[in-house]
Amino acid sequence: MKKGEVAKKPANKVSFLERIKPALQCWQLYVLLIPALIWLIVFAYYPMYGLLIAFKDFKGRLGILGSPWASPLLEHFQTFFSTSIAVNAIKNTVVISLETLLFGFPIPVIFALLLNQIQKNGPRRVIQTISYAPYFMSNVVVVSLITVLFSANGLVNHVITSAGGKEVMFTSLPQYFRPLFIGTNIWQTMGFNAIIYIAALTAISPEYYEAATMDGATRFQKILYIDVPLIMPTVILMLILQVGNIMNVGYEKAYLMQNGSNTTVSELISTYVYKVGLQSAQYSFATAVGLFNSVVNFIILVLTNFIAKKTSDISIF
Amino acid sequence: MAKKDKIPQPKSTVKLSTGDKIFNVVNFIIMALVCIVIVYPLYYVLLASVTDPVIVNSGKLLLYPESWYINGYVTTLKYGPLWTGYANTIKYTVVGTLISLFCTIPAGYALSRKDLVGRKPIMFLFTFTMFFSGGIVPLYLTIKTLGIYNTTWAMVLPVAVSAYNLIVCRSFFESGLPDELLEAAKIDGCSDFGFFFKIAIPLSTTIIAVMTLFYATAMWNQFFNALMFLQDDDKMPLQVVLRNLVLMNQANQMGSSASEMVTKQKLAEQLKYCVVVVSAFPLLCVYPFLQKYFAKGVTIGAVKG
Repeated sequence: MKKGEVAKKPANKVSFLERIKPALQCWQLYVLLIPALIWLIVFAYYPMYGLLIAFKDFKGRLGILGSPWASPLLEHFQTFFSTSIAVNAIKNTVVISLETLLFGFPIPVIFALLLNQIQKNGPRRVIQTISYAPYFMSNVVVVSLITVLFSANGLVNHVITSAGGKEVMFTSLPQYFRPLFIGTNIWQTMGFNAIIYIAALTAISPEYYEAATMDGATRFQKILYIDVPLIMPTVILMLILQVGNIMNVGYEKAYLMQNGSNTTVSELISTYVYKVGLQSAQYSFATAVGLFNSVVNFIILVLTNFIAKKTSDISIF
Repeated sequence: MAKKDKIPQPKSTVKLSTGDKIFNVVNFIIMALVCIVIVYPLYYVLLASVTDPVIVNSGKLLLYPESWYINGYVTTLKYGPLWTGYANTIKYTVVGTLISLFCTIPAGYALSRKDLVGRKPIMFLFTFTMFFSGGIVPLYLTIKTLGIYNTTWAMVLPVAVSAYNLIVCRSFFESGLPDELLEAAKIDGCSDFGFFFKIAIPLSTTIIAVMTLFYATAMWNQFFNALMFLQDDDKMPLQVVLRNLVLMNQANQMGSSASEMVTKQKLAEQLKYCVVVVSAFPLLCVYPFLQKYFAKGVTIGAVKG
């Protein structure tokens, strides 16, 4: 026994040193990483550790570890699911996320395909520059624009009344919340999201088009049989990334667009978390609701990634 | 990327078919409509902010300034909280962007080096934050624990690193700095620090510009974090001031209470337009000059997702 130990130790030591040698050699690179790693620990992973309070009855003075466990452990989740607000918030989040994806995702692709057909460099660049101007505007500015343009006295109602229609109270009627939310979302992000597809399109070799022209292909056929298949990998990648954040869709904007008369459709899980968590200080309960949202989101991401990997061999991890 | 070797589209010697002609016309109309839908609302707001509210409310489509009325701006520019908001936003943006660059650029470089032991797991830890987070309550409690609630740090530190930007940065260094350069420098006895500061940084003005732009815009537009992590009115950034004025209808409190009813009514309508212009247009005015960096950044990020 003893003999073996003695014989083993030096051998171990050497191999350990050998093993960490490459790591020691690049110590300066680790130093360059330090600021980002500190941020990662303090502002990304420490809050994740804080998720523990979803299973506890958090009291500020007892700290995260010191606070007693909730009994039953899933108490806060049960409370959430037993309220009617939960059902409504989940429904609203799912519907608005899916609709945003359904309408918001294809439009930048179509825009990029059409813009790519503009042959002259000058106009194409001007249109592209204009197209992502709204991306520079904050949600507060965009919602402010909605308020002034869609109000009773606003531009949109002027257009409607001058066309012989009746004034519509866009900002207070619940049925207009989603169309406004999604429509302005497309307005904000179309040009920016198209950048990546435009880059993919300019990388396509002109030989394909020449060959297609010889065969007498029309413009439309070229788009359908050359452009679309060749940018597909980029499209799928972007789809995975977008789906990966599906449950977090625009809570800031939803919160800003909320008013007394549209909460039935505008209350999302995330806006609800903000209200019960920070405005009424129910920390554990709000964390549980937020955790539920994050977990569902993450499961959707993993599933999408898995399906994409199986069907097209494209994945983010 | 494929920018430099962009081959000019071959001049087609074949005559355009009727179908293609129709396609071109329709396409042109669609593009023109897209531009109008994007530009006109902004242009309308700009015009409404300088036009007599009576005309604005009459429902006329504004195409050029008709009857000037600039009392809205006179009141807006005299309104103190707006300027406090401006000053705060500038402070948060400058401090925040500097901190973000300090964290992101060196880390992006380190992670681009293939000989960094543990590169993959570290990268995964960063990427993971793009898709999963502790959520707002644990972050709020973290801020409280650190004792930075209601300070500038609460605005800038939580958003100091964005995993997406880090990936863009890493991809830039991976494709922009050839391995031979590092090998040659190593043979000359250059350390990793030396290489980073003396060779990598001077060669990466593009990525620094891109990162500055990405972080600065995000910082400038921050709203929710201010709402969560700040308390005092005089610390609130422009976005919160704007929200209070336009969305919470505090705009009518801006004018002096002594002014007569009619003028006040007139002003209240116009003030909203003025406030939107004052807070949104500075950024819109500089963006055409910076937008090429924006496009570049997105394209670099796309090289490796």
